Amino acid sequence: MHPNNTRPPGPIVIDIENITKHYVMGQETVHALRGVTLQIHRNEYLAIMGPSGSGKSTLMNMLGCLDTPSAGRYEFNGKDVSAMDDDELAAIRNREIGFVFQTFNLLPRSTSLRNVELPLIYAGIAPATREEMAAQVLREVGLGDRMHHKPNELSGGQRQRVAIARALVNDPSIILADEPTGNLDSKTGEEIMQLLENLYQRGNTIILVTHEADIATHSRRTVFLRDGLIESDRVTEGVDTQSLAFSN
Amino acid sequence: MKRLLYEISESWKIAVAQMQANKTRSMLTALGVIIGIVAVTLMGTAITGIQKGFDKSMSIIGDDVLYVNQFPWSRVDDWWNYRARKKIRTEYADRLNRMIAATPNSNLLIAVPTSSILRSVRYADSNVRNVFVRGTNADYSIVSTVDPKEGRFFNEMEAKGGANVCLIGYDIADALFPTGSPIDKVIYINGNPFKVIGVGARQGSFLGLFSLDSIVTVPLPAFQRYFSANSETDVLVKVKDRERMADAKDELTGLMRRLRALPPEKKNDFDINEQQAFKSTLDPIKNSIAIAGLFITGLSLFVGAIGIMNITFVSVKERTKEIGTRKALGARRRTILLQFLIESTALCLVGGLIGLLLAYLMCFGIGLAVPSFPIELSLGLVMISMLVSVMTGLISGFAPAWSASRLDPVTALRYE
Repeated sequence: MHPNNTRPPGPIVIDIENITKHYVMGQETVHALRGVTLQIHRNEYLAIMGPSGSGKSTLMNMLGCLDTPSAGRYEFNGKDVSAMDDDELAAIRNREIGFVFQTFNLLPRSTSLRNVELPLIYAGIAPATREEMAAQVLREVGLGDRMHHKPNELSGGQRQRVAIARALVNDPSIILADEPTGNLDSKTGEEIMQLLENLYQRGNTIILVTHEADIATHSRRTVFLRDGLIESDRVTEGVDTQSLAFSN
Repeated sequence: MKRLLYEISESWKIAVAQMQANKTRSMLTALGVIIGIVAVTLMGTAITGIQKGFDKSMSIIGDDVLYVNQFPWSRVDDWWNYRARKKIRTEYADRLNRMIAATPNSNLLIAVPTSSILRSVRYADSNVRNVFVRGTNADYSIVSTVDPKEGRFFNEMEAKGGANVCLIGYDIADALFPTGSPIDKVIYINGNPFKVIGVGARQGSFLGLFSLDSIVTVPLPAFQRYFSANSETDVLVKVKDRERMADAKDELTGLMRRLRALPPEKKNDFDINEQQAFKSTLDPIKNSIAIAGLFITGLSLFVGAIGIMNITFVSVKERTKEIGTRKALGARRRTILLQFLIESTALCLVGGLIGLLLAYLMCFGIGLAVPSFPIELSLGLVMISMLVSVMTGLISGFAPAWSASRLDPVTALRYE
């Protein structure tokens, strides 16, 4: 089931130029990113790959506005993110980015509906609208009958669907999925990848962070990191290159 | 603004859910606050009780009455100098009244003599010892703050003639006439018969020292007839305008000096006392008791607050990953701060409510067991206790909540 129906990319969402990130750990300075330049367009399906220690996680935190670069420029939808403070970043994360985590990160004592509502609370949306929106997205990911279940009453695949619904509910510019199948068996993992493919086909921008090559093959473009630098940035193997038009 | 409201309501739901999920832990932590609130509230009720008793005792003295006494009411170190003074005599009252009448624009209304002595009182087989027997005239009803509960005060004729009639205090009536009315019964004061014509309303005790209800009031001539030896005499002077007590006191001092024919160079050989003298002596004592009591009980609340702070730190640590997730989903620092503040406040509020309930039950129990113990749980005190518990929650939760709000989302998300 190799995807070939690549969609034409839209305007630039993420524009990163020569960003670096270093951490001081005791006496040592760790250079996690040494100068990364990357542009991501609306409605792309991008995989970020690399071995552990390659700077993959750091780049993901950067893209997700969880962290700011030590140097370099990062523009998100034309806004300079690199100089924003905590609360401004929180607002960007809330409206523009939908996170999907490897470990799902659902609130254990809240129902699916309440979990999905969470970003809407932080967006200041009224309770009635909130519930309606959350229910709508849950139905879209096929959990219309699991709205009032708590995470421990759901299977792994269902939990990740709740997490995806939560990522989608605020209609973000990008969906950032960090090893979304890492805690799932391969069949369930495949279902989740199918769901992400559907979201891509519906016009969402998806950034997938993974170290598994066969998961990365679902994407249309693969960025490979090594030692804090981009080693390669190319069309994912097996994708029909004819329909692609990257800017660089 | 609306978002803040949603965040607060969300935080309350989380706080309740957290308490339900960790019942034992929450109860143990709240116990510290419960004990603290019980201690502080009970101390508060005791202080209010003491204050009320004090105020009541003060009101019996009257805030518009000056007392001409041999001794000052405040403590003195050289009491022997005062003991040598001339006694106050009942006829001073008549002379003062004449002088008041002769003074234009006097701020003094009337002077009333009272003589008193401790005697025993008997009716049938019942006997009450150490009863405060007071002899006075009919004007006493003007300066007195006590109204008869039953019957009447003696009239001018009875007072002048020294009829063997008396007003008895509530406790005397209770002791001698447990059933039926004492009115028109004859009691014996040191063997002398007196007809009861009135019963005083209940007063309680004066500063817890002696009962104001264990008193018998008789006309002055009758008193002098039977009990004059070793009795103590005072003159009470009612003031017209209580706003000008100092002027009145000066005026009365002048009149007394004239009456005693003191040359200008001689010091007063009497004292003029008033409610204020009591207050200024007792207020500092009362206040330091209140402050010490609140401080000591406050310590137990402080220990409770430390427990709350501790459990909130634990809660933040346990839910670091959740904090990371919330931050990733767009929770701002304020949101996280609010969440943990509300959690610690909710815990304190539960503790405070339970503490108040216990304090109320204890007050009730103490009231039943020791009715004379001055204790009073007022609405104001309830409000203060609730406010104190909320403040405890906010203060003790602040440090952990602040540290939670400052967590780096990347670190928090990675926390296992």
